[in-house]
Amino acid sequence: MISYIIRRLIAAVILLLVVTAVTFCIFFLLPRIAGQSADQLAQQYIGKSPSAADIAAVKHNLGLDEPVYIQYWHFIKGIFAGSTYDLGPTTVHCNAPCFGYSFKNHVAVWPELTDRLPITLSLAAGAAVIWLVSGVTVGVISALKPGSFFDRAFMGVALAGVSLPIFFTGQLALLVFTYQIPIFGRTYVPLTENPAQWANTLFPAWCSLALLYSAIYARLTRSGMLETMNEDFIRTARAKGLRERTVVGRHGLRAALTPIVTVFGMDVGLLLGGAVITENVFSLHGIGEYAVQGITDNDLPKVLGVTLLAAFFVVFCNLLVDLLYAAADPRVRLS
Amino acid sequence: MTELSKTGAAVGEPVAAGPAKSPTAFLEVRDLKVHFPTDDGLVKSVDGLSFKLEKGQTLSIVGESGSGKSVTSLAIMGLHRLGARGKNVQMSGEIWLDGKELIGAAPDDVRRLRGRDMAMIFQDPLSAMHPYYTVGNQIVEGYRVHNDVTKKVARKRAVELLDRVGIPEPAKRVDSYPHEFSGGMRQRAMIAMSLANNPQLLIADEPTTALDVTVQAQILDLIRDLQKEFESAVVLITHDLGVVAEIADQVLVMYGGRCVERGPVDKIFAEPQHPYTWGLLGSMPRIDREQTERLIPVKGQPPSLINVPSGCAFHPRCPYADLPKGGITRTQRPELHEVGSDHFSACHLSPEDRTRIWTEEIAPKL
Repeated sequence: MISYIIRRLIAAVILLLVVTAVTFCIFFLLPRIAGQSADQLAQQYIGKSPSAADIAAVKHNLGLDEPVYIQYWHFIKGIFAGSTYDLGPTTVHCNAPCFGYSFKNHVAVWPELTDRLPITLSLAAGAAVIWLVSGVTVGVISALKPGSFFDRAFMGVALAGVSLPIFFTGQLALLVFTYQIPIFGRTYVPLTENPAQWANTLFPAWCSLALLYSAIYARLTRSGMLETMNEDFIRTARAKGLRERTVVGRHGLRAALTPIVTVFGMDVGLLLGGAVITENVFSLHGIGEYAVQGITDNDLPKVLGVTLLAAFFVVFCNLLVDLLYAAADPRVRLS
Repeated sequence: MTELSKTGAAVGEPVAAGPAKSPTAFLEVRDLKVHFPTDDGLVKSVDGLSFKLEKGQTLSIVGESGSGKSVTSLAIMGLHRLGARGKNVQMSGEIWLDGKELIGAAPDDVRRLRGRDMAMIFQDPLSAMHPYYTVGNQIVEGYRVHNDVTKKVARKRAVELLDRVGIPEPAKRVDSYPHEFSGGMRQRAMIAMSLANNPQLLIADEPTTALDVTVQAQILDLIRDLQKEFESAVVLITHDLGVVAEIADQVLVMYGGRCVERGPVDKIFAEPQHPYTWGLLGSMPRIDREQTERLIPVKGQPPSLINVPSGCAFHPRCPYADLPKGGITRTQRPELHEVGSDHFSACHLSPEDRTRIWTEEIAPKL
């Protein structure tokens, strides 16, 4: 088990390095290959009508005029050791982990990300709990009585859930539950300040987001359970004289859940990189909204920062899934 | 009493169902029918099966795939009605175990008997054990559901059982997972699991089919020893006549969901009375046979269980179907009739023809 964990950790670190390399290539190498000069690229980091001095400063700070491997080194060094930006009259030190510096707004990206992270985290965590619990519950009940009224009804709802876009369900939830019948709060309150109000405000957003996912999870659970309940070991469990609920829960669901954990880890990892549409619909100032800002303002360092963070989350959640998987399925530890 | 299936009620059967007479044997199956409705039609997996079995005796049910062997064993265990598809199964007849009728019994009453009074050993121990739980854990679970004991006591019992079935270092292996065992050890563990509550009826569904040949004999020996020790009744499902010769007291040959021949093991091997049994014997490899002689396969395909051939289900494959049978038409179904003491066969051939064919044509080739 320990050697398995170590192997997964090493693999995760290597994966992270690959992720930084790919991100670097997308932001620094591809534009050059596509024919942009260093000046043009530097210009993109500043915005409209920059002065020649600005361009030169950015070019120097990002090392755009140096060979590619030096540029990559700057990039990596920034993440792990921080970097210093020489901005003519002043120098700014961007502490590690330095995810870039917005030359437009004169701020480092990382502190802005960490400010917004709790909001995205709150949104993702709340929604994840709701969709996991509801999706799995519905899936199990449907699988135990396939073709029943409950099964057909819920699989119909699930289909609708998958088909309805979040900007529709989200707006609808907002309109009904926050404005017409004002049950839920309108402005985000951090969990540490007032947990009740935190949950109260986020609830419509959680539900809208969870509707989409729980539909998928209900279907996943249903098919997984249908398959598992036909396994030989289920027959053995029944042959031992176990109660049907033990058979379903301890033997059936336990085995059916493992593939769901995999998908769950990926989904949560992706969401932590920002639920762009949901955050916008519910005016939550999270990572997703930040990314949109970066794109609309043409502020590349912001986009770069969000990209890196999102990638890290995905890698991290995958690592977590691998470890959970090993804890759940003893056969995994061997291979 | 029993619930009658929609289809089977009207058909006359060899053993009269009648009002529930108290059983005379430890395990008695009377006119068992197990039908599965499908989109293609009604699958008559078992269609009127009767037999008796006493404690301390081993009954071997033989037949090719799809003849209804496993369906019969699962019916005795009451496993057909469980799960999502269970509601559609049509079962009728009677199954008496130690004076209790099981088909008409409440599902929870049957559940309480499962694993305690009757237990089952499955064919492939790897897929039959839960991959996520230790072997010990799975034995403990089966023990504790029927006995109000602490985990510690149950664990001690699990170690004891593993020791009894011949697993070395049981105190250590009790914490192993099924995939960490070899095939033979796994089947031993499976047997230990089924023995947890000293069941009086042990059903073994092809217990050696998935195992190495070298291990097969060990497992059979183990089952035989345990049977002697516990005086239990054993139903052994197999298609391997070598296994039958080794372990059975009684043999029941199934074809197309029905019994075609039934009798003591020595009779079945010495003077079988049904062409299908001859076919099974002819297709069995034997070490004492000349290498140049070829096995004699039973020609043709197993019958469809939806459109079972009329009359004798075996007639399309029977080499002797064209022999005159004294006015019996092909659509008439042969019933089991006594052909020797405690020996039954369902064949239209005249006793003279059967004796002649067996002694002159079949036996010399075996």
